[in-house]
Amino acid sequence: MPAINLAKAPQPASTNPAQIRNFCIIAHIDHGKSTLADRMLQITEVVESRNMREQYLDRMDIERERGITIKSQAVRLPWKSGIDGKEYILNMIDTPGHVDFTYEVSRSLAACEGAILLVDCAQGIEAQTLANLYLAMENNLTIIPVLNKIDLPAAQPEKFAEELAKLIGCQPEDCLRVSGKTGAGVEELLDQIVAQIPAPVGDADAPARALIFDSVYDTYRGVVTYVRVIDGHLSTRDQIQMISTGAKHEMLEVGVISPEPVASKGLGVGEVGYLITGVKDVRQSRVGDTVTNYNKPAKDALAGYKDPKPMVFSGLYPIDGAEYPLLREALDKLQLNDAALVYEPETSAALGFGFRCGFLGLLHMEIVRERLEREAGLSLISTAPNVVYRVVTDDGKELIVTNPSEYPDSKIDQVFEPIVRATILSPTEFIGSIMELCQDRRGILLGMDYLSEDRVEIRYTLPLGEIVFDFFDNLKSRTRGYASLDYEPTGEAAADLVKVDILLQGEQVDAFSAIVHKEKAYAYGVMMTQKLRELIPRQQFEVPIQAAIGSRIIARENIRAIRKDVLAKCYGGDITRKRKLLEKQKEGKKRMKMVGKVEVPQEAFIAALATNADPEKSKK
Amino acid sequence: MPLSFYIHVPYCVKRCGYCDFNTYTPNELQGDLTADSKGYIDQLISESEIAKSKIQGEIQTIFIGGGTPTLLEPQEFDRLLRHLKQNFGFAPDIEITIEANPDSVNLEKLKELRAIGINRISFGMQSSVSHVLKVLDRTHNPENVAKAVTDAQRAGFSEINLDLIYGTPGESVADWRNSIATVLALPITHISAYALILEEGTKLANQVKRGEYQVPDDGETAEKYLIADKEFSAHGFNWYELSNWAKPGSECRHNLTYWRGDNWWGLGPGAHSHINGERFWNAKHPSSYAKSLAEGSAVAGSETLSAEEKESERIMLEIRLPSGIQKASLKSAQINNLTEFLDGGELNQKAWSEDRIALTPKGRLVADRIVRKILF
Repeated sequence: MPAINLAKAPQPASTNPAQIRNFCIIAHIDHGKSTLADRMLQITEVVESRNMREQYLDRMDIERERGITIKSQAVRLPWKSGIDGKEYILNMIDTPGHVDFTYEVSRSLAACEGAILLVDCAQGIEAQTLANLYLAMENNLTIIPVLNKIDLPAAQPEKFAEELAKLIGCQPEDCLRVSGKTGAGVEELLDQIVAQIPAPVGDADAPARALIFDSVYDTYRGVVTYVRVIDGHLSTRDQIQMISTGAKHEMLEVGVISPEPVASKGLGVGEVGYLITGVKDVRQSRVGDTVTNYNKPAKDALAGYKDPKPMVFSGLYPIDGAEYPLLREALDKLQLNDAALVYEPETSAALGFGFRCGFLGLLHMEIVRERLEREAGLSLISTAPNVVYRVVTDDGKELIVTNPSEYPDSKIDQVFEPIVRATILSPTEFIGSIMELCQDRRGILLGMDYLSEDRVEIRYTLPLGEIVFDFFDNLKSRTRGYASLDYEPTGEAAADLVKVDILLQGEQVDAFSAIVHKEKAYAYGVMMTQKLRELIPRQQFEVPIQAAIGSRIIARENIRAIRKDVLAKCYGGDITRKRKLLEKQKEGKKRMKMVGKVEVPQEAFIAALATNADPEKSKK
Repeated sequence: MPLSFYIHVPYCVKRCGYCDFNTYTPNELQGDLTADSKGYIDQLISESEIAKSKIQGEIQTIFIGGGTPTLLEPQEFDRLLRHLKQNFGFAPDIEITIEANPDSVNLEKLKELRAIGINRISFGMQSSVSHVLKVLDRTHNPENVAKAVTDAQRAGFSEINLDLIYGTPGESVADWRNSIATVLALPITHISAYALILEEGTKLANQVKRGEYQVPDDGETAEKYLIADKEFSAHGFNWYELSNWAKPGSECRHNLTYWRGDNWWGLGPGAHSHINGERFWNAKHPSSYAKSLAEGSAVAGSETLSAEEKESERIMLEIRLPSGIQKASLKSAQINNLTEFLDGGELNQKAWSEDRIALTPKGRLVADRIVRKILF
């Protein structure tokens, strides 16, 4: 067997870099990365068969359920090559699989010399995978193309081998064929990792430099920082320093993951492992930063460090106002583990006390919300997501607006909105429909390439604000779920934007204000007023619902006054039923929010803020 | 404590489109309804024996409803009434009402009903307009109502009620005025007028759901209520419960027991009872009723009202009556909540100054809203 007994395998801190291979797996959400990783753990015998469980490396429930990796990890796998019979250490660095975490992906890639491009050979490559592939190629990683799920009846390995070959410039027959499920081809893949991916190179005598590619908060141990040592050596007795902040930390533990943490004496050139320093907050140990030795510091940081910038904002409010302190606590806790999450308290007249939160993107937003609800047991309302606007006023002042209600009503000289470069991969039959959607969202076509006869890559410049609303749902429904989307920020552009306010009986409902393109203001106003007319129950008095830009009304609907609110009949057998109805209404009343004198059920806010529920669609 | 009985007759020749009452047609029961009327009355008698073991007292009122009670033979009711009289005793001024379909009675039958002691009769008229009756899926000929009423009078009934329904799809305000005028021209003493309630699962509710019929605007239905109240009052019918009007002294005492929270026992499938703060109800289907009765009790469910529930019921029932709710029985915060209705003309100013919360005609239209305002 090519597996090696762990105790006899080369040990951390004393492994020759020539014996090391650092690689990651680039794959789309459901293309089988976790299953392949499971097989590698089994075949290299770092996990005994009786301890094996599915998606072994995914730690959070959400990761398992949604099949996506939110945070990366690194696992040390000893392997005796079937080709040269020598012993090697393979470090598998798991990467998050989503566009929102592009920066984290890029840091994971920077910790590797090679990447496995894993593609489901029943589905073909997806936009996000393509984006990550380009990222890997830019980082000069050796790419090993691998077709997964060859056991599936719908597999088309020939077709997708050609697609991959075209993309990375190899021959179709260079694509390995594996099945993560059955394990077929996995041993050969491990051998090819050894054969094709270069060993790490670094200066063992230079001051230590290690790249942080992940940073995870652990309740018991504090922050666990994952690093790849580039130069020098890190050991348990060292004092270390973060180059970006200059902060000094005591090293409490150094180790490797195999796949459970194992403490070691240290980490040498090319090695991948973890550090524990007693730091309690991942923001003190940021992804992309360089760790060095405090007493013998390196002069230069490793390239590529960035502060993650939130791109999408949304207000999060507890449905039960009494849960506000719990929400704060939950956000504080989540931030320990998520350096990209930012939030500050805000108050909405309609929704009460909550937080304006900044996210890397829509998935990040969804994940945060889901974790808050699940892990802290909260029920939340989130306002429609928006992007960051830079507003220049008549007198030359500049405002950064992350909440539509802060948008100035007048005296605006110019507004700038973030722009992204979007890549959409789709079967060719949907080209027309996709272009129509992008055009409608103020997109500018950049180009189009055929990946194969029936698959196309379409590139557009789009305002991010148009994507965060309901673009993805729309794209999926127009293409029967076949299209995939990736985008990267490319800067900002001036745009003709206005703020549309929604008024209920003359009272502005801050939660419904939106910044939209001037040409879409009317459509937004009509859509929102109609939606609210259907969602808000009739009151004792007539309630006008208006959409306005400043003081100009652009759309209006009326909720007629209720004139009859009584059950005409009430005899013996009706009494219990009627009382129960009353009790039910009493429960419902608790979920009512008052906007001026108007009672608005919580559900109406939730439904009106749901991005995909326009009244026309929901009727059907 | 005064005691009343409700007697349920769960049979109809045909189910009307709007009706969700506990009633069954020959088709649904797969047999002839009246063939076993003797057996059914025997069941009611046996349930009354159970009642006797739980409660005593002279019977003040009896209401025979349905369904279509007049499908059963008068002599069968006679047996039941005699039994009740023997076991509980009848108050000297006992009120005994029977519901009747204008089509299912004639002078002779009415005389027989009167002869066994029934002294009040209630006809389901609903409307005088045939296209409205058609939407309601009623089978009677509107002209039969006048005949039934005069026959009842000839048979010796001095207390006669007509039931009306307004707000039916397709009913215009003129149609409704027509029904009101027809009713007021007849020698009756009592009128019940109900806004149509579309009950989930009924044929009519489904027709509306499918878009075959359009429900009239509730503003118009409110208007119809106000027209009716005005017309009935002008003709000497005093409003005495949300949907009921009567000549002085002709109020239905049986129904008042419901609204005042008195004791009443319901006999028959699905019938509800209220005895000393406990509510219970019988098995719904005639065959399951018969079965459980044979096993010793027809009761399928019960609830003992908590103090809070009693208070909710008191508020929601008392507000339906002209006497309204005594202010002294409410907390000051509850009373303060109501000033908007006083200012809005929904609450009667004079009653308010007499420390009562009572509804104006406009207020009756939003009675449930006012109840909610008091209770939460």
